[in-house]
Amino acid sequence: MNIAEKILALASGKDEVKPGEIIDAKVDMAMINEITGPLAIQAFKEIGTPGVWDRNRIVMVLDHQVPADSVKSAELHRIMRAFAKDQNIPFLYDVGYGGVCHQVMVEKGHVHPGELVVGADSHTCTYGAIGAFATGIGSTEMAGVFATGKIWLKVPSTIKVNITGKFQKFVTPKDLILYVIGKVGADGANYRAVEFTGRSVNEISVSGRMTLCNMTVEMGAKTGLINPDSVTLEYVKTVTDKQFRILTSDEDASYERTIKVNLEKLGPQVACPHSVDNVKPIKEVEGIRIDQAFIGSCTNGRLEDLELAAKFLNGRKIAKNVRLIVSPASQDVYMQALQRGLFEVFLKAGALVCNPTCGACFGGHMGLLAPGEVCISTSNRNFVGRMGSPEAEVYLASPATVAASAVTGKIVDPSTLGEA
Amino acid sequence: MMVSGKAVVYGDNVNTDVIIPSKFLTLLDPAELAKHAMEGIDQKFVEKAKNGVILVAAKNFGCGSSREQAPLALKYACVKCVVAESFARIFYRNAINIGLPVLECPDVSGQIDEGDLLSISLEEGRIVNETKERVINATKLPSFILDILQDGGLIAHLKKKGGKMRDL
Repeated sequence: MNIAEKILALASGKDEVKPGEIIDAKVDMAMINEITGPLAIQAFKEIGTPGVWDRNRIVMVLDHQVPADSVKSAELHRIMRAFAKDQNIPFLYDVGYGGVCHQVMVEKGHVHPGELVVGADSHTCTYGAIGAFATGIGSTEMAGVFATGKIWLKVPSTIKVNITGKFQKFVTPKDLILYVIGKVGADGANYRAVEFTGRSVNEISVSGRMTLCNMTVEMGAKTGLINPDSVTLEYVKTVTDKQFRILTSDEDASYERTIKVNLEKLGPQVACPHSVDNVKPIKEVEGIRIDQAFIGSCTNGRLEDLELAAKFLNGRKIAKNVRLIVSPASQDVYMQALQRGLFEVFLKAGALVCNPTCGACFGGHMGLLAPGEVCISTSNRNFVGRMGSPEAEVYLASPATVAASAVTGKIVDPSTLGEA
Repeated sequence: MMVSGKAVVYGDNVNTDVIIPSKFLTLLDPAELAKHAMEGIDQKFVEKAKNGVILVAAKNFGCGSSREQAPLALKYACVKCVVAESFARIFYRNAINIGLPVLECPDVSGQIDEGDLLSISLEEGRIVNETKERVINATKLPSFILDILQDGGLIAHLKKKGGKMRDL
């Protein structure tokens, strides 16, 4: 079996599972945020079960619209707090305590290798970075999980992405995942798991692995996974002391197909409006003028991303008529960036540093675009209207490309600009 | 279960951000959400849908975020069924869970034009295009999904069955 099948077999109490089989699985952790949570809470109350199945296996995060930008979003926050209190749920990450839900789940040690995790957010697939099977579900489904601790799932077939070679300078896991999405297409991995393998994966940090797994949903995948290795275990040790099972793919595991990527030949990639699979090598989009640049989100708002961006901004000013918004992915990332002096670099360059939130990426309450404006962003979606006006355009790229483009005022290959 | 209505037709990759843009996700009342259904792609949708329609699309309908507000907005905007070549997986499950019929129909492309009158038998997975006098076969739904749809969604279904999730 491969890692996805092994985790689902363990979760359903079976020796073996096969793609296509429908299983009844035990959930290890469940997560809601304030956009999907209130509907789940309402549905849970309608079921009529008095208490949740396990209060220590539920994590609640306020992240999409924090701090509340309207009375309506304040009400959503209030519903979340009231439920946590009512059900005595200890893990409520309120304003000022957490950050973007997926970053919080990993860095606060709520997810462990070998576990089955469901989250009422499509980017839940991020946790495959540490070897968990994690998938996004809807609110009503989550209410069922809250009541029973179980979910039915169809065992997915798996696409293997075999990665060889070394990343070229200023080329990142974001460029790699954009390239793969461009090849596979927006629905090419629908219902499937995507497993990243190959010796080169061992050299990618947990932060970079999270970027890879995070965006597998943009090709329709149920989840993205990376087999736990020494990098995973080193990291997990720093965030949790809980015991877990290390499950990895067998040598003879079966896959639906294999995609090969040689990093030696991979340059910066950009996803162009208005779909994530409209991916082009940077040479084809260089010179496009931008109005806004955004660095943040569950895809690319971690310390490593901010440090990479700072290399291009140190001592430089962003271009006139361009605004750069930086939003660290969590309070922990925010503190680390502050301590390392990154905010000074950003502020001196003319960037606006915001609190951790899904904010601009989600197009909910800040950093919105006017009709006709162009944004280059480290986030994960460039759909029509995603970041504001339906007449705005969003390009997706790595923190290096976004930072370099903010300096030049137009989309540029980071290696052309070079480090500051 | 039979449903019928005029078709409204869209293309590939209709995502949840255009079905219900993020700025409306603070609305808790489904009737309020419905006023903005498909606003990101078609400003006239709500008017077109008010007497009940069948939404027809191509590949990967409902891709993007897990927001259950997307199928809810469609249901309350009087969409009686969504027929698509394929669906994104979270949207598909969400639609069933809130009682919005969804029918996968790989052959739908080119067979239905906007305004065609459609009659659909969900049990048989059969779509009759009354306007073009043509029958199109869709993938049949398993009986447990039909039961959930018949009851109006997962919560109503569970209540009817005494809260037993595992019988699914």
